[in-house]
Amino acid sequence: MNELINASLRDISRALTERRLSAVELATLFLERIERLNPTFNAFITVEPDKTLAQARAADARLASGNAGPLVGIPLAYKDIFCTKGMLTSCGSNMLSNFVAPYDAHVVEQLSNAGIVNLGKLNMDEFAMGSSTESSFFGPTKNPWDVTRVPGGSSGGSAAAVAARLAPVALGTDTGGSIRQPAAMCGLTGIKPTYGIVSRYGMVAYASSLDQGGPMAKSAADCALVLNGIAGFDQRDSTSLDRPAEDYTRALGYSIKGLRIGLPREFFADGMDDEVRFAIDEALNVYRSLGAELVQVDLPNSELSVPAYYVVAPAEASSNLSRFDGVRYGYRAPEYRDLGELYSRSRAQGFGAEVKRRIMVGTYVLSHGYYDAYYLKAQKLRRLIAEDFRNAFAHCDVIMGPTSPFVAFPIGAKTDDPVQMYLSDIYTVSTNLAGLPGLSIPCGFGAGNLPVGLQILGPWFDEARMLGIAHQYQQQTDWHLRMPGGVA
Amino acid sequence: MSMLINGYEVVIGLETHAQLQTQSKIFSGASIAFGAAPNVQACAVDIALPGVLPVLNREAVVCAIKFGLAVGATIAPRSIFARKHYFYPDLPKGYQISQFEAPVVSGGGLDCQVGAGDTAIRKHVRLTRAHLEEDAGKSLHEDFHGRTGIDLNRAGTPLLEIVTEPDMRSSAEAVAYARALHALVRWIGICDGNMQEGSFRCDANVSVRRPGAELGTRREIKNLNSFRFLQQAVDYEIEWQINELEEGRAIQQATVLFDPDTGETRAMRSKEDAHDYRYFPDPDLLPLAISPEWIASVKSGLPELPQSLRHRLVTEYGLSDYDAAILTAQREMADFFLRAVTIAGSTNAKSLANWLQGEVAARLNREEREFDKVPISPEQLAGLVLRIADQTISNSIGRKVFDALWQHSGDSADEIIEKQGFRQITDSVAVERLIDEVLAANVKSVEEFRAGKEKAFNALVGQVMKATKGTANPQQVNALLLAKLKE
Repeated sequence: MNELINASLRDISRALTERRLSAVELATLFLERIERLNPTFNAFITVEPDKTLAQARAADARLASGNAGPLVGIPLAYKDIFCTKGMLTSCGSNMLSNFVAPYDAHVVEQLSNAGIVNLGKLNMDEFAMGSSTESSFFGPTKNPWDVTRVPGGSSGGSAAAVAARLAPVALGTDTGGSIRQPAAMCGLTGIKPTYGIVSRYGMVAYASSLDQGGPMAKSAADCALVLNGIAGFDQRDSTSLDRPAEDYTRALGYSIKGLRIGLPREFFADGMDDEVRFAIDEALNVYRSLGAELVQVDLPNSELSVPAYYVVAPAEASSNLSRFDGVRYGYRAPEYRDLGELYSRSRAQGFGAEVKRRIMVGTYVLSHGYYDAYYLKAQKLRRLIAEDFRNAFAHCDVIMGPTSPFVAFPIGAKTDDPVQMYLSDIYTVSTNLAGLPGLSIPCGFGAGNLPVGLQILGPWFDEARMLGIAHQYQQQTDWHLRMPGGVA
Repeated sequence: MSMLINGYEVVIGLETHAQLQTQSKIFSGASIAFGAAPNVQACAVDIALPGVLPVLNREAVVCAIKFGLAVGATIAPRSIFARKHYFYPDLPKGYQISQFEAPVVSGGGLDCQVGAGDTAIRKHVRLTRAHLEEDAGKSLHEDFHGRTGIDLNRAGTPLLEIVTEPDMRSSAEAVAYARALHALVRWIGICDGNMQEGSFRCDANVSVRRPGAELGTRREIKNLNSFRFLQQAVDYEIEWQINELEEGRAIQQATVLFDPDTGETRAMRSKEDAHDYRYFPDPDLLPLAISPEWIASVKSGLPELPQSLRHRLVTEYGLSDYDAAILTAQREMADFFLRAVTIAGSTNAKSLANWLQGEVAARLNREEREFDKVPISPEQLAGLVLRIADQTISNSIGRKVFDALWQHSGDSADEIIEKQGFRQITDSVAVERLIDEVLAANVKSVEEFRAGKEKAFNALVGQVMKATKGTANPQQVNALLLAKLKE
């Protein structure tokens, strides 16, 4: 069984299709692990074993019929930002702590059709706003590598669940690094696809022009397989891109020989912890040994990415979260005297501090007289940042660097200082601002046996090759197969 | 032309919301039919569930393109949907998707007829812009015992908001423009124009100033849903503003509501309470791109526009400007006329126009019906006009036939003439025989005539017409009677 929890999706799928293992047995294994270990990590918000097992039985029927695809019977858990029909979809917030979604998100629908078995819904920073999963209404998620530390965020529940082997794979969302940073902090592989590849329909919006769903798993190969299941055009999302279907596993055999890896001067300047720098350097050495060439590139506007992000994202969030008003669904204050109080109390009580902070920042930057100075300027910066990447990719094939400047930090260490918390996104937000794909792979450990992530950024629509580049590294190393002590 | 009231010039601009006649809502697939039970036509997108996204209905864009073409405006190759934020229970998302800096239609203008008959003048009103947006739901304050009910059926209904320049100088001009716009949107089939159901509603921006002075401070009268209310509200507002100024009080910018019961306007909110709508481009929607090919294909499906038809009625059918303007004020009337004139021939165009503006209009008016409910067909009216023209019946019999047509649709004019024996007697032998009978029976009148009393002749004509039940040709009777008397 220990072998199974660390097995690749390909191997699990083979065991299922060859009927050496049933989907029900597999689901039961993970449900038992969740029951036993989740109280320690608080990765799941909702687990409904009956529904999970019903889906597993349906998967077994498909498997028995003999023509099942590679995802049939694979257990997966969703960040609680994806609407799941008939199941609580809380977004980690008191505001939606009673919201049972009446419909499935596009990706949930896709994966259900592909035969995925839903293990449950995962904890997250409230409305995906945070880098530590501490802002959840359902309490913080603990990092399986050290339960006194955060798992990163906002997809911290997804990261902790996969790291603790409570699920073989999970879906997360990434608005400013929320897949990659927790993947790095929990020793996982996670990919944020190009904006528009994965439909946002049914994914509760944080910042619409930045949000993108993606898989978090042990390996790049696993991510590629799940990305195949969730990518693709959806006419219900106007920003979804109508492109021919792709097989994201097609370039797993990509040859590193001659690969030009761009190292942005700005990413390797001050600010990165030594233990992170050391692990990154080692990873780059592995690539060099495989025949890659390292080149210096410049991303001159990258230092402006955090300020630009913290204008654009709160602006869109303040607007997106206007619908949570206590009128039609969600939390409503128990007492109010008039309409104004219904709104103000429901929102004051329903939202947590970080969400309120971002709503206020966003409202401010969109206000009459401030719009040009903040929102418009931030949009101009986005174009400059995208232009920087375009220029850089003229000199290299992919860009590499750290995913996070530091390893997982202690719970509570940054909660009193939002700016410090925001700076943990320094290497990840520019990707979202430019709409680029980015992934993080585990590349070693720092002090305290805490994982370090290597970030790989590629040009738009370069996911398949990036996953191949990550996979080649994972053929040479076993960081991605290491498990936290005490979870086996 | 500018007429002054107590030395003040009136300045009016209108913003009109026209509900577009699409199958479904502007950003969702839900139906927009009027009158359904509350909230049954509100889907996940309309009630703004978490995670839903808007998808633009291209039918609504086609309506905007049609309008832009019809008013000679610029249709933007790229326009932007923006979010307009405010909290209200019937606004589910907490913002309305509208267009702000880059509307789909800008510029253009509309001609309208102010006044009637010989004193009517043509007025050109310039348009600033027209943009697409979604309607909100409805808050129902009655029937809920002190609580408010929310009906989101209307939420997401497509609207075209049409904004004029401040070009109107009186309530009459404002109403003339609103009527012309109302006719146009119905003409091109983008709005049903049903004002009672709120499909076409106007906001009027009104200010007054001394001639030549800067524009005065305006007050905006919201949601006027009839032409009569528009007129009353603007007139009241003008008087109120002039009075304020005369008494030395400055006008404060405000939004006001018109109360049809009192005929007064009252302030709803002042400028200080004005919302900061925090417009920004909606990141869920791509910019709306409209290609020249798309515009061309919409153009090819447009009906002939009123201004072009008006010109054609004058040049091809010899109608007066005024007649042409009246006939093109409503698509249904114009279509009726065109159908009838192809049957009756262009020599009868003027006669058809007279019937439409005279009897038909009067009847509809008396019965409080709109032209689309007219009970006679173009074929019937053309048949009637033809029989008058070829002297089968007289004008006065014509009116009787018209009455019959109006009441029993189905029969042609000829059938009614036959059935009711209205055919004019043109057989001179028969008429002469009748005249002889009348002369024999009215010896006194004959003597009076011969004694030089002209009136006696008219009495004799009347007797002959009576004897023929009006079916004799009056000119023929005149001639024959005169000949007999001079024998």
